[in-house]
Amino acid sequence: MQDRPTYDELLAAVEHFLDTEIVPNVPGSRGFHARVAANAIRIIRRELSNEEDQLAAEWSGLDAVLGPAERPAGRKQLRTALLERNEALCTLIRSGDADDGEAARKVLEHVQRTVRDKLTVSDPALLERS
Amino acid sequence: MPRKTATPDEVAAKLTAFLKRSHNAKSVRVDDVRLLTGGASRQTWSFDATIEHADGRNETLALIARADQRQTVGLMTREIEYRLLEAAHAEGVPVPRVHLMGDDSLGAPFFLMERIDGETIARRILRDDEYEGARQKMTAQLGEILAAVHRVPIDRHGLAGDLMGPLAGKSPADSELQRIEGTFRSITPEPHPAFELAIRWLKARLPASGELALVHGDFRLGNLIIGPEGVRSVLDWELGHVGDPMEDLAWLCVRSWRFGNDQLPVAGVGQREDLFRAYEAAGGRKIDPAAVHWWEVFGNLRWGVFCIMQARAYLDGLSQSVELATIGRRTAETEWELLNLMENG
Repeated sequence: MQDRPTYDELLAAVEHFLDTEIVPNVPGSRGFHARVAANAIRIIRRELSNEEDQLAAEWSGLDAVLGPAERPAGRKQLRTALLERNEALCTLIRSGDADDGEAARKVLEHVQRTVRDKLTVSDPALLERS
Repeated sequence: MPRKTATPDEVAAKLTAFLKRSHNAKSVRVDDVRLLTGGASRQTWSFDATIEHADGRNETLALIARADQRQTVGLMTREIEYRLLEAAHAEGVPVPRVHLMGDDSLGAPFFLMERIDGETIARRILRDDEYEGARQKMTAQLGEILAAVHRVPIDRHGLAGDLMGPLAGKSPADSELQRIEGTFRSITPEPHPAFELAIRWLKARLPASGELALVHGDFRLGNLIIGPEGVRSVLDWELGHVGDPMEDLAWLCVRSWRFGNDQLPVAGVGQREDLFRAYEAAGGRKIDPAAVHWWEVFGNLRWGVFCIMQARAYLDGLSQSVELATIGRRTAETEWELLNLMENG
């Protein structure tokens, strides 16, 4: 286990430095990219704080659509398995079997929730406006 | 390997030699060379040139050099873009005047055009007091300009064979959907169930083929130069193609181009009905709102695929830009909007 500051506290320091020291003082393209970099730090911080819950929720959502499966233990294995299950979901959609009825409703509900989770990380302001 | 961007000094030296040769000038001085932001895949340089002509006359020009950092699949060459700008100008579309077609001086294809002062940054155009007057007028102006774009007779300008157009025997909608689906499938690093749903939805509702026209292809804030009095110039013609004119009207309404002004669908400044009215009054094609809606759904899918494409340039090591890298995470906003649009029709 590492010492304080935690990764989130370290990232907060980098974010603050970019926002207060670089963005207001660097004109043009470089200043714009500093703004983008600060935003990337914010995305990473939100992802790290939500990742565990979101991956678990996505797995159970896929259970509802594709049928239940055992969730791998490690984070890396879970991510790999999620990619495979999402491929399976895409195949299902392309087959037309989720075009209407109960299947369509379940798929839509799941996709809505996962996209919402992605935006919670990448652009929460957009969700607040929705 | 990422290609190193030339320094302003290197570009200045090369442009000086090029201009001296092209104008057969006694001397040329190039000042204030700056790499402009925007145009993530390609480079745009701004500079001033002072030319001392052979007859002793002096001339100072504010110029832009548009160069290919690398040839991007699906984008037109600089030579065709140059001729398209000439054609658009001839038909009264507000565009920068082209100055010279380039050669191999910059080590990449390029051309020079006039630099038009004004604002391109959406955040300022939509928020700053200075542009309040422009915001009031823009919706109507954008409709009038698009009507002019769609009137450009590309046959007469010898451009018909050089621009992308519908696939043989297929409508523009069918063709563009097939192309964007193909691009999506070949570049996406991960599955996107929301895009699969959108592709199903779009395939089931293809609008009929109407009369073809020149389509700008990227008509939105960011590619428009705005002054306090309104729209000054239309930039970035590299996605221009032959297709359904409704595509441009819809692309202008894609949510990402509202930059937070969600209740004002036309570029964050106006309502669709006002855009349509101005477009038709200026001699544009008859508007089919259902077709425009289809193209708006398509536009969100297209922008989502473009987000993936830009992130791919970073993932494949073609660029180390933090901007390209983070655009990958903007894909989700297009998925969200697609789900909303499909639910409402």
